[in-house]
Amino acid sequence: MNTIALNPPRFSPLRCYALEARHEFLRLARTPMFCVPTLVFPAVFYLLFAVMLNHGTAGSGGTVPGIYMLATFGVYGVMTPGLFGFGVSVALDRERGWLTLKRALPMPAGAYLGAKLLMAMLFAAAIFAILGLLGTLCGGVRLSALAWLRLLLTEVFGVLPFCAIGLFLGARVSAQAAPAVANLIYLPMAFFAGLWVPLAALPAFLQTIAPVWPPYHLAQLALRAVDQPATGSTLGHVAVLAAITAVFFMAARGRLARAAAGSS
Amino acid sequence: MSSPVSASPARLSDVCKHYGAVVALDGVDLHVQGGELLALLGPNGAGKSTAIALCLGLVEPDRGQVRLFGQSPRLLSVRRRVGVMLQTAGIPDTLEVGELLAQTRSYYADPLGIDECVQRAGLEGLLNRRYGKLSGGQQRRVQFALAICGRPQLLFLDEPTVGLDVQARASLWQTIRALVAEGCAVVLTTHYLEEAEALADRVVVLAQGRIAASGSVTQIRARVSQRRIRCVSGLPTDTIATWPEVRSVCRDGEHVEIVTGAAEVVVRQLLFEDADLSELEVQRAGLSEAFLEITREAA
Repeated sequence: MNTIALNPPRFSPLRCYALEARHEFLRLARTPMFCVPTLVFPAVFYLLFAVMLNHGTAGSGGTVPGIYMLATFGVYGVMTPGLFGFGVSVALDRERGWLTLKRALPMPAGAYLGAKLLMAMLFAAAIFAILGLLGTLCGGVRLSALAWLRLLLTEVFGVLPFCAIGLFLGARVSAQAAPAVANLIYLPMAFFAGLWVPLAALPAFLQTIAPVWPPYHLAQLALRAVDQPATGSTLGHVAVLAAITAVFFMAARGRLARAAAGSS
Repeated sequence: MSSPVSASPARLSDVCKHYGAVVALDGVDLHVQGGELLALLGPNGAGKSTAIALCLGLVEPDRGQVRLFGQSPRLLSVRRRVGVMLQTAGIPDTLEVGELLAQTRSYYADPLGIDECVQRAGLEGLLNRRYGKLSGGQQRRVQFALAICGRPQLLFLDEPTVGLDVQARASLWQTIRALVAEGCAVVLTTHYLEEAEALADRVVVLAQGRIAASGSVTQIRARVSQRRIRCVSGLPTDTIATWPEVRSVCRDGEHVEIVTGAAEVVVRQLLFEDADLSELEVQRAGLSEAFLEITREAA
């Protein structure tokens, strides 16, 4: 049928997606306000809490602080690219018209969100690498290759629910308010989910409601990945995180489509 | 169904669009032919941007039909034949011009080479600069490059020369003319009548969501040719109002203001009737006033 042109020019979706992801990454990497806190804060907190304040003593219930906090601060770290990288940048793109232009251009439908997801996963991998290095060098952490791999996968895929929450936020909140709102969600959620202070050290009431917070579930998965004591079933935590991802993603989509149309 | 090759680049048929209680477009028929530059004129809120958003598939009409090359503008394959420059681009400040160009080119099957984009949009020496560091005019030229980089057969330019200096505007006009000569259909919205005069084969004036006037530049010019005469004169406005060719007259302190379609006739009579007349000024009526005039006539 299509033999009129010998070498018909072809659209290459792969190249398009790759460029989109690369530029999304460059955009954030060139924004010190985003990448410095994202990469430095988890590292600083880990050094402070796990290395300087704990001298290799075993914690309660068979936990090893260096390893325990490697998991929980890792989870704290991967919340950032999702909530801030996704949330704030979507709010900005929506408000300034970049999203509208991209929808008008023949950009493949999934490229915009796909690129942002890939960017968030890349940042998660970077946070994993930084914390892993600090844990090994300063925290005396020794893990099997399999445990490292499990932690990496948990953190890289663990960004997804936070990307969905960030997307939802970016679809609704103005660009100016987005960082503040993201912080309002981020900091309390990290604390109540037991990322900074082990849950066992929190009041009983907070321990009871901890499963309400999405990072709690990811933290349990991360702890299990590095063979630390964790509660609940792996499948249960994965299901909750998947459900959060789906719900927020779907809720954000409709809103974004309307925003791109310029009618909101 | 007509084949995509012969179908006209853009066709709006009896299109209506409301935003809540606000009527943006109210029964608009618009037909853009290949190799034609259509200028869409009208005051703010007339529905120009809505018409473009409909053509780009960003919004769906409440009634009527929008077709690009005979197909829905929502189809990616259709939009690969279309280039677009919107009024606000919101391009990220942290990306370099070359990166933006590479990214947008990747959306198209057979884009222009980078060098040709640079040359056509006047981006020499800017490829490695970050978008946020560019001047307003340079940013506008980058947006134009993104619009043309896909070798579009249909190009939407929404206020393309706002913020450009005279020289940059002239060179952009030249590029647009070259594109039209190559067979590209262009839909241009603008506030500047002289821009439409310089470029357009056909002009459509939108007002309050309807087409108030449509025709060649010459035809439209004839309709917006009213002048405003202002002078200091003691002549009573009632008298002036009865003169031929006077459309309206009002007094502003010692000044008299007259709106007319034939300034020469009225000025001659003014000078004849009032020997003490001073501070005589004749101005072309503002474009938005002219549009309002057209709408009033159309209503």
